[in-house]
Amino acid sequence: MHVGLKTAAATASFMMLAAAMPAGAQADELTLCWAAWDPANALVELSKDFTAQTGTTMSFEFVPWPNFADRILNELNSGGKLCDLLIGDSQWLGGSAENGYYVKLNDFFDKEGISMDDFAPATVYAYSTWPKGTPNYWALPAMGDANAWVYRKDWFENPEVAAEFKAKAGRDLTPPKTWDELQEVAAFFQGREIDGKTVYGAAIFTERGSEGITMGITSALYPYGFKYEMTPGKYDMEGAVNSPEAVAALEKYKAVYKCCTPPGYSDSYMDQGLDAFKSGQVAMMMNWFAFWPGMYKDENVGGDKIGFFVNPGQNVEGSTLGGQGISVVANTDNMEGALNYIKWFAQADVQKKWYSLGGSSCHVAVLNDPSYPTSSPFAADFLAAMNNVKDFWQEPSYASLLQAMQKRMHDYVVADQGTAKEALDLLIEDWTEVFEDDGKL
Amino acid sequence: MLKTPRRLAKKVEGLSDRAVAWLFIAPTMALLLAINIFPLFWAIGLSFTNYRANRPNEAIANVGLRNYERILTDPDIWIAMQTTANFVFWTIALQTVIGFGLAFLIDRKFRGHAFWTTIILVPMMLSPAVVGNFWRFLYQPQIGLFNYIVSFFTGIPPSSFEMLGSVQLAPWAIIIVDTWMWTPYVMLICLAGLRSIPDYIYEAAEVDRASPWRQFWSITLPMALPFIMLAVLFRGIENFKMFDMVNLLTGGGPGSTTEVASITLKREAFEKWRTGYSSAFAIILFVAVFGLANIYVKALNRVKQR
Repeated sequence: MHVGLKTAAATASFMMLAAAMPAGAQADELTLCWAAWDPANALVELSKDFTAQTGTTMSFEFVPWPNFADRILNELNSGGKLCDLLIGDSQWLGGSAENGYYVKLNDFFDKEGISMDDFAPATVYAYSTWPKGTPNYWALPAMGDANAWVYRKDWFENPEVAAEFKAKAGRDLTPPKTWDELQEVAAFFQGREIDGKTVYGAAIFTERGSEGITMGITSALYPYGFKYEMTPGKYDMEGAVNSPEAVAALEKYKAVYKCCTPPGYSDSYMDQGLDAFKSGQVAMMMNWFAFWPGMYKDENVGGDKIGFFVNPGQNVEGSTLGGQGISVVANTDNMEGALNYIKWFAQADVQKKWYSLGGSSCHVAVLNDPSYPTSSPFAADFLAAMNNVKDFWQEPSYASLLQAMQKRMHDYVVADQGTAKEALDLLIEDWTEVFEDDGKL
Repeated sequence: MLKTPRRLAKKVEGLSDRAVAWLFIAPTMALLLAINIFPLFWAIGLSFTNYRANRPNEAIANVGLRNYERILTDPDIWIAMQTTANFVFWTIALQTVIGFGLAFLIDRKFRGHAFWTTIILVPMMLSPAVVGNFWRFLYQPQIGLFNYIVSFFTGIPPSSFEMLGSVQLAPWAIIIVDTWMWTPYVMLICLAGLRSIPDYIYEAAEVDRASPWRQFWSITLPMALPFIMLAVLFRGIENFKMFDMVNLLTGGGPGSTTEVASITLKREAFEKWRTGYSSAFAIILFVAVFGLANIYVKALNRVKQR
């Protein structure tokens, strides 16, 4: 064969081989999977430093929240190679650890001198450990988050509105400290004319399809003193899940939904809440801390027009945990690169920059900094919330447990079926069946 | 004209017609076996196990008929089946009546009938994903056109009712959208039926001084009936497994009010990951549709033979 032809054939063969190789096989490329939301954009910005330092090209797969669990869990279950790194929900830890989807990071942390003491204990417990509370780490705390509230400070401070509220309620119109106060304030604003527009009380979570209504209702359940089990680890739910406090919390959530949400608010989660608040429809909105930096910067309703408050207490203080840890997907073709990213991300300086860009760092270098509580209008609330967070089941069967709760809660709150006690009794039946299938009961 | 290559012609020369026929259909058969028959038998096998697709490391145990027993004794499954039956009944009833009525009108061949036929067919040509999304906006209580139209005619404030969030109205919201979208399809089939009736039958009826009413009941309806039944069969099968529209409009809510069987199946299979259990449910649904369709086809054949 002619030398030129041979060269051309060899080049063509090489190109075909290269094209046939999966993208993940390239050692200088990493794909990070997460939800599509504000902090993800901050992470893209932050990761440019990693690329500059290591030459590793970062790709991102961001999935909208309502499809995030479906899409990514499908990927993990099918042994896909899409993600090298995954910022997955805290509830996925149990299943992902037990099914071998995540890499256990203990040896790596020891080798690289990464200490879990450098991260807030609540976040390590929630985002990294499985079994819960044991020193078995499957993720590095990446994005601290909890459910909280934003309110229209300009409406609360409007002299006429404030005076009318005081005359009616006998107290000043301030951000609610309890769920009773929350209902009272929300009812006060419901249907009120402000700036020539009819406004409504509160935007809360009512979404049926993924996790919305569960995340909303647990924000009422935890402050009322809700527990998942009578004895931790025993799965004895009778008397805990359907306690009088849990019944009262559920009735309260339904009361707030019925009295004080905008029309058509029967299937709403983060995005619908943001839309309602940003369009000036509601006085208060429940949502995740992760949205507050963006909300504060909003041209129409941000800045001095708004204030933030931690989830109201009732019998105790309590907030629903959000947030995620970053894990290395066991199926990655670029293990070294993925671990390098974790090592880089764990550094105090990177964590400080992560916070400055709009991420929510869990690193003590950020959270324990004396200037942190005043670094943003919601930073102090974040610290307060993280001291009292509770998370949903993190069991391997979390998806079944979550879907059961979605159904029972939506049936009761939105579809008006049965009583709160009946809904919680049915939930115990569903959860018992799941744990029996798992051989835990 | 292309000639068969000599080598191929030689090879085929020795084959019987039957063998050549098998040769032609073999790729299709192989494809059908691979993507239809094999998964069906695989699903039947899984339905007797406790397999979960999200637990690859767990041992798979044979649970016998337990999945079937749990499904058939689960009140939530029966509620989903009732919801499905309700949805299938009302959509088919409305689509058949309106579709046949439209076909009857279009068959009159008035001026511009071709234009109106095209306009009527537009909803059917849209993607269910698009339809679901824009009807969500139409049903929005504060800005939705649907609520404003109802308000205009009834005086009820538009924000005072929500089609998708109300237990009473949500099933009707889906029935309205499905009827809007698929009535043209029924109309097309009925139109084909009406146009297949020879004119001389009507001419003979007129000679016998049969009234238009009598002609409708004695000629039009009986002769178009096989086509109507065919449309009902197609829509029945489609709506029994309806997923996209319900998922986009209500997601099965509020609560479980519009949770049809296919939504339940999806939740069991891909949200709770109970693969064995959902396989059993899929088999039950398959047998139900297959059985009902078979009975129906027999009835259809009997009507055609009359």
